[in-house]
Amino acid sequence: MKPVSSIPPDGLIAVVKEDCPTCRLVEPVLQQIGSTKRGIVVYTQDDPTFPCDVPQVIDDRTLNTSFDLEIETVPTLIRHENGQEAERVVGWNRADWQRVTAVADLGEELPAHQPGCGSRSIEPDATYKLRARFGDTGIRARRIQVDQFEDEIETCFDRGWSDGLPVVPPTPERILRMLEGTSRAPDEIVGQVPPDLAPCTIERVAINAVMAGCLPEYMPVVLAALEAALEPNFTLHGILCSTCFTAPLIIVNGPITEKIGMNSSLNALGQGNRANATIGRALNLIVRNVGGGRPGEIDRSTFGAPSKYTFCFAEDESDPEWQPLSVARGVTSGANAVTLFQGEGVQGILDQRSRTPRELTRSLAAGLLAVCHPHICEWAHAVLVISPEHYSIFRAAGWDRDRITDALLEATTRNGEDVVQGAGGIAEGVPKNRAGEMVPKFPPNGLLLVRAGGQAGLYSAILAGWPGGRAYKESHPITREIIE
Amino acid sequence: MNVESTVLHDPTSEFAPVNQPRRRPPTSLKGKIVALQDIGKLRSDEFLDYIEEDLNRRGIKTLRTAKPTNAKRAPVEILQKIEKEADVVVQALAD
Repeated sequence: MKPVSSIPPDGLIAVVKEDCPTCRLVEPVLQQIGSTKRGIVVYTQDDPTFPCDVPQVIDDRTLNTSFDLEIETVPTLIRHENGQEAERVVGWNRADWQRVTAVADLGEELPAHQPGCGSRSIEPDATYKLRARFGDTGIRARRIQVDQFEDEIETCFDRGWSDGLPVVPPTPERILRMLEGTSRAPDEIVGQVPPDLAPCTIERVAINAVMAGCLPEYMPVVLAALEAALEPNFTLHGILCSTCFTAPLIIVNGPITEKIGMNSSLNALGQGNRANATIGRALNLIVRNVGGGRPGEIDRSTFGAPSKYTFCFAEDESDPEWQPLSVARGVTSGANAVTLFQGEGVQGILDQRSRTPRELTRSLAAGLLAVCHPHICEWAHAVLVISPEHYSIFRAAGWDRDRITDALLEATTRNGEDVVQGAGGIAEGVPKNRAGEMVPKFPPNGLLLVRAGGQAGLYSAILAGWPGGRAYKESHPITREIIE
Repeated sequence: MNVESTVLHDPTSEFAPVNQPRRRPPTSLKGKIVALQDIGKLRSDEFLDYIEEDLNRRGIKTLRTAKPTNAKRAPVEILQKIEKEADVVVQALAD
């Protein structure tokens, strides 16, 4: 126990709160000790008039002393000697209180013992606030003092820390709380974030996760997403500085999705779920703030896309017959994983008339041909998000992931003469020398299937990829296990 | 009285200084429009008249704007007007 300078170096101290039945029980005991020559200093956490008729009652509603004394339970009785704690009693125990106070008949009318209540200084969130206010936070990032009359959210805007929406001000207590979401050391460097290739520590991730609105339990997913995004073959710098619409899309698999309340169902690709919304936003804020990737500067996207704010969702793994995306990409079944995809927004496909897998395959393939341009092939990857109603058509016929994928790849392979430059009067297309070939629409492993969406709706959704994917050996989606 | 301020921690790589650097003044006023902002103190206008006369004599265009009072910040409309219509601004202090 560290010595505490602001409290009496010698003598008896009690810490109480009026809200605690045991503290109220010992009020006459405190009065009795207070009337002795030795006396007692009582720190009160909630009501400065409690306990009454005790000579030395000190208002500790700020919880400064309770924090310094590391009080976990009230009442706590402490005896100090030469500036050091000599004895401590937690709750009411007559024999112990009599021994520590050396008052032989203390509390004879009270029960022999009664447990105390939790100290206000250890209430949820109080720990972080008190550590920020009175302790050493250990946070290394630069401190910025905001004047009492300034609005912290406007300060964040003014300093260029925002993606255009308000951010949660990164106060020390919020950062400390966020760091509880990971066992990794705050000063561990996760990687170098492009475009500035700035080293990014766990602490810096936590700061941006705070600003994005994350809960601490999202941290393992945010960290896995960042690590996947920083793998060289994700080519984060490329998608950032590209004139295309591309952003890092995050697809999450495994039991953690349920644990942190992610949405894979109704409106899974939309708004309204905190985990979906803020995990994706945290990654984009890290790219902006740590990496220095800001629109109009290194981000040269012609149009941008809403996905540049955030795009993260969970796969629906409720059907045991469906192989999750992460498993298809090599992660052990039951493990948590993120898949990072260089993607745009959502292009819906509406098909309410197909009743057989072959009909539906042709229909979905027709939609997939629009990725990039109907005549551009092997340039971009795509994610096809299959809704429950569309999936039920495949499932009823016994089609699994591999069979659906193979059928879609076959159905999207084009006669070269139909997609070469100039075909059909369209200048865009594959080189003319491919007219005699069958040309696949997607690069190898370039079509990813995911299940998500609400129960009703004979729709599926295409998430088009980045044309930079044509260099598929150097730029492709990345799947990475989440380490909790 | 205990005046509390909020502490934030920098989310950036800290490659840039904590205070944003001031924009460099132009090397020449040729072809620029200079906003002359009266901050609302006594005789600001006299001072600005003098500056305007001097600038105009040198062929430099000016734009006159005025805060309603020196006791408050400039209204957003005036700041937007200066930002949109001028290249440089002189805020006159007088008395």
